[in-house]
Amino acid sequence: MREYDIVIIGGGPAGLAAAVSARENGIESILILERDDRLGGILNQCIHNGFGLHTFQEELTGPEYADRYIRQAKQLEIEYKLNTMVMDIRPDRTVTAMNKTDGVFTIRAGAVILAMGCRERARGALNIPGYRPAGIFSAGTAQRLVNIEGYMPGREVVILGSGDIGLIMARRMTLEGAHVKAVAELMPYSGGLKRNIVQCLDDYGIPLKLSHTVVDIKGRERVEGVTLAEVDQNSKPIPGTEEDYPCDTLLLSVGLIPENELSRGMGAVMDPATSGPKVNESLETSIDGVFACGNVLHVHDLVDHVSKEAAAAGRNAAAYVKGSRTVKNGGGKAILLTAASGVRYTVPSTVRPEQMEDSLTVRFRVDNVYRGRCISVYFDQERVSRRKRPVMAPGEMEEIVLTKEQILGCPELETIRITVEDE
Amino acid sequence: METKNLTCINCPMGCSITVELDKDKIISVTGNTCKRGEDYARKEVTDPTRIVTTTVRVTGGRSAVVPVKTRQDIPKEKIFDCVRELKNVQVKAPIRIGDVIAADIAQTGVDVVAAGSVEECAAAAGSIEE
Repeated sequence: MREYDIVIIGGGPAGLAAAVSARENGIESILILERDDRLGGILNQCIHNGFGLHTFQEELTGPEYADRYIRQAKQLEIEYKLNTMVMDIRPDRTVTAMNKTDGVFTIRAGAVILAMGCRERARGALNIPGYRPAGIFSAGTAQRLVNIEGYMPGREVVILGSGDIGLIMARRMTLEGAHVKAVAELMPYSGGLKRNIVQCLDDYGIPLKLSHTVVDIKGRERVEGVTLAEVDQNSKPIPGTEEDYPCDTLLLSVGLIPENELSRGMGAVMDPATSGPKVNESLETSIDGVFACGNVLHVHDLVDHVSKEAAAAGRNAAAYVKGSRTVKNGGGKAILLTAASGVRYTVPSTVRPEQMEDSLTVRFRVDNVYRGRCISVYFDQERVSRRKRPVMAPGEMEEIVLTKEQILGCPELETIRITVEDE
Repeated sequence: METKNLTCINCPMGCSITVELDKDKIISVTGNTCKRGEDYARKEVTDPTRIVTTTVRVTGGRSAVVPVKTRQDIPKEKIFDCVRELKNVQVKAPIRIGDVIAADIAQTGVDVVAAGSVEECAAAAGSIEE
């Protein structure tokens, strides 16, 4: 059986940044396993610009951003296998994978970094009535067809869901000559970035219909039209508000789900709020020596944050392999990080003070649109920080930074609570 | 007098900004919370520009299309001219990031460059040798 110090599952932005960081932290033997025929992951089909403002202080397209990391990985001579599907990971970090040239093979890993990303919610998760005609695509599938395969999925388009991919595809299809009639969003606010609403919808006069959903899909062989209706506060369609939109294509941009079959198979403890594994301050899952980063851990909105998080996972996995950590997984004192009122989840969910780097970025999302509120941090009953936020939305990830000094200063500390509060 | 309503894109606040114009002269900018909003609104009503990204057909490559972008932002009203011109462009693999795909697109003075690389398809390379 071949052995590697670190095996990384997935060669997208998270896997690449983790690999580069692990190598920079002294690990020679690294292997990336990638399912696709190229490195770079989903960035390869995200041909719009706006990536890398934080990481590189310039605006890149997705493929350009990926290329920066692919070149670093190649310069550092990091090994990778393409067209390779990981079938199973055991808790002892034995990885079983297969591809056309090696067949089925197993690798023993000193540490594993999970970087499998996420996938889109599909129609089946939505309960839209109607037949199953051709012409219904997830926004990401349409994006792949247009930007990589060079096919147009349709001409007359309605989009359900105002996530960023849906907004980006509204513009993309328009530029390719399609007529995008409307973007319908179930919630009273968009899940996408403001910038995308202005530059992808407003620029092209595409209406965004908030508090609307698809109540019917017409057509047996091919989509012939959809019916949109307004919904009430309980997301139930309001009778009498139905409007018909003749179209040949319906794109769905209705959320992303971390792809965690391998993590679950291994028995990693999952967080129902993120659909990703629970991790500690080192981004280590409940399984010793198995780390997670990027969209497999929780869905991000900016790739820059993925790169940063993945670099931390790479550093921590390197420290694990070198045996420089003092506390074993599950051992030592762990402080609980909890999401209180207004906050949906936090990553990580536990902090072991001894294992902390000098500072720790805690990422989280709020559960609604909040204006003029504060983000407060409580150490047990005591409020230790409070920051005013003019506006917060579920679509924009928030973060706070905890310092090791601050936490070591409270030896009795049991719970850190993050919450949205009135001023 | 004319008024234009904009949504600021600089941060998640997304302020609704109203700009009052007399012909091309800006009379007032209201609704913004910070200076960045005013700067954005002034640029948006006088000289709106965008970076355009799209794809161009490739022959003999491992992909059917290559992603491209305008090297700088171009006037907003030129977006469709730019995309239409690129519809007629076809390039041959191999293509490297940064290669100029079309010079001076839609008379903007801006070049369109490759934003991705496409390697030669093995079969296509073989047929060239034959």
